[in-house]
Amino acid sequence: MNAPVINRRLAAGLLASAGAAALTGCDKLSENASVQKVIGSAEQLTIASQRLILSPGQFAPEYKESDISPWFKPNGTSDPDDEDYANHVQAGFKDWKLEVGGLVENPLSLSLDDIKARPSRTQITRHDCVEGWSCIGKWTGMMLGPMLKEAKVKPEAKYILFRCADSLGDADDGSDDYYESISMVDAYHPQTLLAYALNGKPLEVAHGAPIRLRAERYLGYKQAKYVMKIEAIDSFAHIHGGHGGYWEDRGYDWYGGI
Amino acid sequence: MSETAAPMDEAPTSAQSSEKIIYRHTLWVRSWHWVNAIALMVLLMSGLQIFNAHPSLNWGQTTNFDHALLDLSSVDAGNGKLRGVTTVFGHPFTTTGVLGASKGSDGQYQDVGFPHWVTLPGFRDLGTGRRWHFFFAWMFVLNGALFIAYTLWSRHLKKDLWPSVADLKTIPASIWEHVQLKHPEDEAAARYNVLQKLAYLSVLYGLLPLMLLTGLTMSPGMDAAFPGLLWVFGGRQSARTIHFLSASGIVIFFLIHIFEVFAAGFFNEMRSIITGRFAIKTHTPTPAADPEFCPVPSQGAGE
Repeated sequence: MNAPVINRRLAAGLLASAGAAALTGCDKLSENASVQKVIGSAEQLTIASQRLILSPGQFAPEYKESDISPWFKPNGTSDPDDEDYANHVQAGFKDWKLEVGGLVENPLSLSLDDIKARPSRTQITRHDCVEGWSCIGKWTGMMLGPMLKEAKVKPEAKYILFRCADSLGDADDGSDDYYESISMVDAYHPQTLLAYALNGKPLEVAHGAPIRLRAERYLGYKQAKYVMKIEAIDSFAHIHGGHGGYWEDRGYDWYGGI
Repeated sequence: MSETAAPMDEAPTSAQSSEKIIYRHTLWVRSWHWVNAIALMVLLMSGLQIFNAHPSLNWGQTTNFDHALLDLSSVDAGNGKLRGVTTVFGHPFTTTGVLGASKGSDGQYQDVGFPHWVTLPGFRDLGTGRRWHFFFAWMFVLNGALFIAYTLWSRHLKKDLWPSVADLKTIPASIWEHVQLKHPEDEAAARYNVLQKLAYLSVLYGLLPLMLLTGLTMSPGMDAAFPGLLWVFGGRQSARTIHFLSASGIVIFFLIHIFEVFAAGFFNEMRSIITGRFAIKTHTPTPAADPEFCPVPSQGAGE
């Protein structure tokens, strides 16, 4: 059966206007809070399925020396605009201390030398930015797990929170400060480090000096740079925007494993 | 395609050829088709939003920021204007207005890979693009899993999609028919032709699974669980490139698919994928149409 030509034109016209309407409609939908909640709910399904197939101790792939990227792209902040931080850089982080607190029985205050004296690991891993690019680098750092055991994290703690020296906006009330959080499973993962060296050299400011987080089974925005303070927490609902991280408060998924 | 191409009711008959309505697509096939169509459209547009965050393709594990396979960028063309540049294997092409630099919804040229009217959302928002992408990726996967189970259980795959040796022998003839835009309107239209079968099979069991697997390979979590994925696709950046190329393949399939819908009869084709009912012409004259009708058992007797 052949439809009359006029029907074809009409159909094409209808399709085109439906397309245009759909485009504006989609933008309206994208800005709608309930729609955001519904489409964001898939994150729970992703977490549940990856937790199911990814055993807690499974390693992210590690690479050879020859795979190391000739240039490791620094992203986000490459030089924190903070006076205290600038002073620490000037002094070579001589008097700098990492504070470990929150839901712990034994709060710690560690100098860079204290950190370097603790159990460490060197790993050549791939860094995957949420934007889509990847770089391979060799990280050396203190394993986070043994340090958390030393701090005696209380059983009610569900996350480890990282507070950073950098801020990506220009708010001066601290609401633009970078922060991140990871689950306890990932905090105790053997590849989870507070890295102080990249490719055998002390961590540069552009890469998060003096220490940055490496949680290798996750995207780049989880790898907090310029870590100043670590807290064991049971919820991040009352911290900043309540989504567990700087980018998470700005619409990115907390999981960051895909 | 229905389990049986049984006549449902007889349309009023004409003198030479009559028309009959057959049940062509089952409810399962129709539902799968539309859920899949919506999911793929959202996945494509949100995928382009994600691509725009780093509008460049590479091969291997890592990104070579100086030598990409494909790169969309913009350069200052003076007077505050932007020139869009698409670089393929090191060869630059000016693509202002479409790739590299195009007008935003405010009418101003902006530095953007794909233009705002093909991305979801239409404004720059990677976080929201990812939400759309992963929600509909789940929908695509669950819908696809149900469909694959259905094609096996109902034997839809074996009966309607898998080409027989006889089918394969008709490839040259079928190509010639397609080039001439000749579409069967008789009993043959009730079945998929060989090119249709091959196209559907390569999308269903080739491109769509490839989209899923290359998509998963980009997940650092999946790479820890299944490092073999990286080996199969030659690295995370290769997987990203294959993901992009497979998506382009699906877009080409979609364009031909839509063209064929119009070429084969828009109304009849749309009715069949919405209601399942499809009209075909029968060449055998019916008693009502031809008083001298003499039944002949073999098919095509009226020709």
